[in-house]
Amino acid sequence: MSNAIKVENLSKAYQLGQIGTGTVSRDLERWFARIRGKEDPFLKIGETNTQNSKSTRDIVWSLRDINFEIEQGKAVGVIGRNGAGKSTLLKILSKITAPTTGKISGQGRIASLLEVGTGFHPELSGRENIFLNGAILGMRKKEITRKLDEIVDFAGIERYLDTPVKRYSSGMYVRLAFAVAAHLESEILIVDEVLAVGDAEFQKKCLGKMGEVSKGEGRTVLFVSHNMSMINQLCSSSIYLKNGMLELYSSTKKAIDSYLAESTATAHKNLEIVFNENESNESVQLNVFKMEAHFENSSDFLSSKDVNVQFGFKIFEKVLGLRIGFEIVSPSTDLCVFRTFHDDDYEEMLAFEPGEYVLSAQIPKDLLNIGEYFIYPTIGIHNIKWLSFKTHQLHLNIINIGGVNNLYSDERPGVLAPKINWNINHGKI
Amino acid sequence: MNKQELKWEINPSHSLLDLKLGELWAYRDLLILLVRRDFVSFYKQTILGPLWFFIQPLFTTIVFTFVFENLAGISTDGLPGPLFYMAGITAWNYFADCLTKTSTVFKDNAPIFGKVYFPRLIMPLSIVVSNLVRFAVQLLLFLLFMAYFYFITGAHFQLTWVVLLFPILIILMALLGLGLGMIISAMTTKYRDLSFLVTFGVQLLMYGTTVIYPLSAAIDRYPKYSWIIKLNPMTTLIETFRYGFLGKGSFSLESLGYTALLTVVILLFGIVVFNKVEKNFVDTV
Repeated sequence: MSNAIKVENLSKAYQLGQIGTGTVSRDLERWFARIRGKEDPFLKIGETNTQNSKSTRDIVWSLRDINFEIEQGKAVGVIGRNGAGKSTLLKILSKITAPTTGKISGQGRIASLLEVGTGFHPELSGRENIFLNGAILGMRKKEITRKLDEIVDFAGIERYLDTPVKRYSSGMYVRLAFAVAAHLESEILIVDEVLAVGDAEFQKKCLGKMGEVSKGEGRTVLFVSHNMSMINQLCSSSIYLKNGMLELYSSTKKAIDSYLAESTATAHKNLEIVFNENESNESVQLNVFKMEAHFENSSDFLSSKDVNVQFGFKIFEKVLGLRIGFEIVSPSTDLCVFRTFHDDDYEEMLAFEPGEYVLSAQIPKDLLNIGEYFIYPTIGIHNIKWLSFKTHQLHLNIINIGGVNNLYSDERPGVLAPKINWNINHGKI
Repeated sequence: MNKQELKWEINPSHSLLDLKLGELWAYRDLLILLVRRDFVSFYKQTILGPLWFFIQPLFTTIVFTFVFENLAGISTDGLPGPLFYMAGITAWNYFADCLTKTSTVFKDNAPIFGKVYFPRLIMPLSIVVSNLVRFAVQLLLFLLFMAYFYFITGAHFQLTWVVLLFPILIILMALLGLGLGMIISAMTTKYRDLSFLVTFGVQLLMYGTTVIYPLSAAIDRYPKYSWIIKLNPMTTLIETFRYGFLGKGSFSLESLGYTALLTVVILLFGIVVFNKVEKNFVDTV
């Protein structure tokens, strides 16, 4: 198979700070350096785009030496943190801005969808906007005429076709805009996170259409999203960008794993608590509380997989009423989701004999909604004292890849997203 | 479909002489649709609709007649004042509209330009063509004025053969406005101050053009400095326009040739600058 896109040594530099003051003199300086055949003084080599460290120069490399090839007919995801260069890459590919160095070559018409409804005019009718938007995206008039019915059908706006789009609901507006773009006849389709808009049903339709586009029609798709579930569903391989560099270009699964492992590693890499001395007494010594990671060194956990937690402690003399437990709190709502203890289903108080113990528990899968949670160990001796009560916390980030609601992948409200049993029967109640 | 033809390449820079006119042709439908959009959106939800096109030149003519003809007593080459001014205003407005609207094209369309690629030249071109519709309406008003003064008041003027050059005059005015506008728009992406200059620069330039006075009066009054006014390509165009329609004014093929040459130079320079800026302007606007 031939390559649809080939990117070689692609870099893009941006000027930081205020543009405007002193630009004339700087332009002259750059121009003077150029005519003497010297390197541009404002493009210093070796600066990477780390947004939190202050750079000496006010030039930053948004993309640096990117090389990759995409085979024709493949759907490739682009992932990375905010500011990793994803949007810049798409902008260069869609010819909105030129690269600073390097080149891209390819075959076939490119259609890019960085935004839906670009150029929509509120005063014009749906029909007029279909033509205008289609033409902006590069379609010929007769091509649009041929596809008009299909577009209108896909968007489901037949009745409003001759109404100005300013009277449309926002959902209709987005549906119409996506419908136009989805019917572009291009060999390469570049899509930014436009699917975040619109209702769930339409999102599914769009996903279906995009899947169809890449698999069925043999078109190449480049798709940027923060929604790992969508990327996973649509793309066979993915590009992981980090600080403007290409970190990994591999199968989507590997790229996502690597991205997730990295993404939270810096911020919350703690997966265990080592207790200190004042949290022990003469009969019990608390050692450690830990979570088993789903992704190496990451506090990201899949909603579709149990989270294993373990307590390690040592008993010196027989102790009655020792209760080991933990509590899960949603910091965004400051709500305690639940608190649990190891003896929740005991009929009577049991004693721990001296020795070393490992207690493990599972936070059940398909329970927590996606988002951030804190987990606090709560350990005490009944009616005597707390050994450790909410003095330590670990951080959990629940993500959903292929879990509950995989089909639509829209975000749900609430702290819980449990898997509920549904039955369908014929008949009347 | 022949895949070989669809090969493309994206590079940091391209040849200055590549005017990308072929690409422009591929997007001709967009040009038409944009003109249509401008026209439709202009009068939607207005009471007077397209009548607004008449109101501005009409009132300007009335004010000019009072101030410059009656109060200041500036010569109108023996023509009825309103007719003289209307000719100048109609032509000048077209040029000025093309210039001012084109000069903000990057700023005005930054949201679209930042999201989708199409040959950017389409935008200024659509402005020039949209204004042509407006110009046609105003020309109609001018022709009505001519008919009124000819048949009702019996003023003395006649059409000359030069009126046949009218299409060339329009094209020259459009291209001149387009070229200057593109140069300014390319520069305003970096140096915003220029946009302030345009608004009042165009106003001042009108006084350096023979809109409110005939060239003959300027030569009479300032024999040494009138060459400055003659250098202004718009002077030639307006004088020729008046000579064609009203039979008064100055006309020479040499000055028209000079204007045409200057227009082509400005236009080519404008396209080159515009194409250069369009590649990266998204980063600076």
